Amino acid sequence: MSTQKKVMWWIGGAVIVVYALFPIAWIISISLKAPSDIANGQFAPTNVSWENYTTILTGSASGLFLPALRNSFGICLIATFISCVLAMFAAYAIARLDFRGKRLILSTALGVAIFPVISIVTPLFNVWRQIGLYDTWPGLILPYLSLTLPISIWTMSAFFREIPWEMEQAAQVDGATTWQAFRKVIVPLAAPGVFTTAIIAFFIAWNDFVYGIVLTSTEAARPVPAALGLFSGASQFEDPTGAIAAAAVIVTIPVVILVLLFQRRIVAGLTNGAVKG
Amino acid sequence: MASIEMRNIVKQYGDGFPAVNDVSLDIADGEFMILVGPSGCGKSTLLRMIVGLEDITSGDMIIGGKRVNDLAPRDRNLSMVFQNYALYPHMTVYENIAFPLRLSKTPDDEVRRRVTEAADVLELKEHLERKPANLSGGQRQRVAMGRAIVRQAEAFLFDEPLSNLDAKLRGQMRTEISRLQRRLGITTVYVTHDQTEAMTLGDRVCVLRKGKIQQVASPRELYEQPVNLFVAGFIGSPPMNFLPATPEGNRLNTPFGTIELDEKRAAAVRGRDLLLVGIRPEYFEDASLVDEAKRPLGSMFRARVDVTEWLGDSQFAYIPYEAPEAITAQLRDLSRELDSEELRTQAIVSIDSTSRIREGREAEFWLDSRKVHVFDPTSGENLTRDAEAGAELTRLATQDRVEQLDESRGGAARVGAA
Repeated sequence: MSTQKKVMWWIGGAVIVVYALFPIAWIISISLKAPSDIANGQFAPTNVSWENYTTILTGSASGLFLPALRNSFGICLIATFISCVLAMFAAYAIARLDFRGKRLILSTALGVAIFPVISIVTPLFNVWRQIGLYDTWPGLILPYLSLTLPISIWTMSAFFREIPWEMEQAAQVDGATTWQAFRKVIVPLAAPGVFTTAIIAFFIAWNDFVYGIVLTSTEAARPVPAALGLFSGASQFEDPTGAIAAAAVIVTIPVVILVLLFQRRIVAGLTNGAVKG
Repeated sequence: MASIEMRNIVKQYGDGFPAVNDVSLDIADGEFMILVGPSGCGKSTLLRMIVGLEDITSGDMIIGGKRVNDLAPRDRNLSMVFQNYALYPHMTVYENIAFPLRLSKTPDDEVRRRVTEAADVLELKEHLERKPANLSGGQRQRVAMGRAIVRQAEAFLFDEPLSNLDAKLRGQMRTEISRLQRRLGITTVYVTHDQTEAMTLGDRVCVLRKGKIQQVASPRELYEQPVNLFVAGFIGSPPMNFLPATPEGNRLNTPFGTIELDEKRAAAVRGRDLLLVGIRPEYFEDASLVDEAKRPLGSMFRARVDVTEWLGDSQFAYIPYEAPEAITAQLRDLSRELDSEELRTQAIVSIDSTSRIREGREAEFWLDSRKVHVFDPTSGENLTRDAEAGAELTRLATQDRVEQLDESRGGAARVGAA
């Protein structure tokens, strides 16, 4: 590559990074501004103030925020775990076995995924109230599964298809039962795929707002995105902007940590050297 | 260690296509059997039915005297080397080789002893802690073999194990496999489409065509006494030349002059009007280099040489000839079936490397007529096959094998009995 081309690439890259990270920088900056400073008309806060963070963690908003944080973590982790386990078996079957209705399962999964949440949330609200799932963890885990399962099945079956059939046949010839071959050979090989899927599923559940706000009413099950919408200022003349920004930053942190932790596992091509070439 | 018997094995796929059609084959204990044929002949399917990865539509598969049709692969106690090795990428070489032992819950020190032993045989000792991704092709191949020999399997199955290696390494591994098999004296079934591997490794070779067995014999018998046009064309490189011929008494008129047949062969071909003569390239020679004593045993002819290829130790000349339309079409079909594409009717002739025959000129050739075979062009059947001579060749090969096997298993017992 010529120097000129390199420079162009660097500039292009920088533009994209700035474009993607600017809103995050902005929200961090807002979260560090005192309420009186928010409309100061400049990017950086005049004085760095941790006031917003104290408000949501120990102050007046903590009663709303902390239970919501706990709910979000609990509900999203459980939903992710269940959808990964189910998707693993489903994807294995789809990638490996030839059975009637295989295409039907895949296209149904896709159909569910493209169905707009808003169109089913009202009937769901009624049903949930009738059967007692309203404002409970299972009441959110179930709809979250409907969001995460289809995408999990699709991504994981793509990963399973990448694993050569011979791997498993070799294990069977070596004396493994189908279950042993699955557990000792296929699962370790599919690990990067499982992690990737888990992270995607977690994000989807973590980011949901509509189910969260409609299907909950108290801190018993309300997740963070819904709680953010219910923040109020110290008085009715004050915006809760600073507190919302601080909460948004805190909510972003687990996502960033997750990606950093599993980045190597996601990228690592574990199947390298499994077969020729 | 066990014998493998197949009785009328059929494999039919969902669409009714028989990939393997009524195959019966006995593989003796300790024998090295090669399954060979062009692509799509069903050789891999047959191997996978032996190991249990493919269901058997009908027929009996008997290993060590036990019918195994309904047994899962893990209950058949066979070991297999796959074409792409199928190593487990998340395990070290040591764990890869130990995998079958781990599954059978072998105690740790026993595992260590046997893995070390296998690694010694295959010279993998310094690689035991590495992952397959960091190994070269040849090393991966050896790990795959290590995994196969580490347990006491009834038989080894190889599915084109060398086809992913480059030519030089392939030669080395071929010798290695042969040595290993002789040393362990274990029944081996080896699938390949490479006839060099088939000829050099096998005690016996089974030639398959479209799911049917054509001939099962020692490499020498296949070469000297092929049963039909297909086997004759498949075995040998460069392939056998097929010339159209019309019989006239004890003689055959061919584009390369007349060929005299002995009484027995002449009788076999009498009463037909169009035949195919099969002549191997090395039955030809530059006439000027043939001994006076040898000359009367063959016939002479003049022909124009199209191309010559000098390879140092040998030399090939290409001689075009005219053939009737029907024969040309049939030869083209045959060559297509053998995975090659013969565009023109030409004979490939092996001549001495010192020969000064030049391209584009006429030259005089000598043709050894003693070993030519005559085929029926419609059925492809070899009319002049000497079944007894062929059987004798295979009997000799079997005797060799039994002697070698006795030696490797400690011939003391036999000597003591005698």
